[in-house]
Amino acid sequence: MSGKKIMNDEQAEGKSVTAGALSTTQLPEGNGSTLGSDIQAKIGQHLRAMYDDVVRQGVPDRFMDLLSQLDKPATTSASRESDEEVDR
Amino acid sequence: MSKFDPALRDEIIAAIPNLRAFAISLSGSVDRADDLVQETLLRAFANIGSFRVGTNLPAWLFTILRNLFRSEYRKRRREVPDSDGAFAATLTTNPDQNSHLDFEDFRTALDKLPPDQREALVLVGASGFSYEEAADICHCAVGTIKSRVNRARKRLGELLAIESIEDFGLDKTTRGVLIASERV
Repeated sequence: MSGKKIMNDEQAEGKSVTAGALSTTQLPEGNGSTLGSDIQAKIGQHLRAMYDDVVRQGVPDRFMDLLSQLDKPATTSASRESDEEVDR
Repeated sequence: MSKFDPALRDEIIAAIPNLRAFAISLSGSVDRADDLVQETLLRAFANIGSFRVGTNLPAWLFTILRNLFRSEYRKRRREVPDSDGAFAATLTTNPDQNSHLDFEDFRTALDKLPPDQREALVLVGASGFSYEEAADICHCAVGTIKSRVNRARKRLGELLAIESIEDFGLDKTTRGVLIASERV
């Protein structure tokens, strides 16, 4: 799988100029640029929509709990589960 | 009494939602993404002394997260994502439902990108980093980031063009030509 991925990457790199030229010249006149820019706009929208959907979920409790643990005085190791172990 | 500068702590908390979104795009799994974020926070607080106040905190955190992911990635290859896709698991809305381009198609296409291109596209196109910041995070030249983002956009455009050609009313011949050109 990794070998195939690398090959795809190289292929994409090698043909990038050709591929761009093909897609603009072979699409019907007038439609080519509209289709291309429309899709590029959609790519941006979808990408941000997906990303922002996660961002809007805010900070899950587990991370606030973790930060409280880290911020406790005298708790030097984050792996310590119990305060009793730190006898101070 | 807090051990950490409260302003810095607040800034780190504010960055967590973005770190999660980035981690999901890298790892392809919500669970692994949250583990990555947790590990990133532990590293960040352990090394807080090496952060220079006034410099770019989000970029610093993203760099830690990406380094962690990369070192883990070298050990075990990216696992097959959940059948519904990583983002699907977190998705609460289906944006832009009237779009000709199906959201599903987009996620499938994004998953087909090489990891280098996907991370560059996400950093610049969604996280809102400049090319320069993305280059710092990925330890590469600005030109490399630009070329990865361009290749990612071009590749996604090709994949989505094939998917959506019928939506745009192109005939079968044109579709065949496009599919053929895709394989060149």
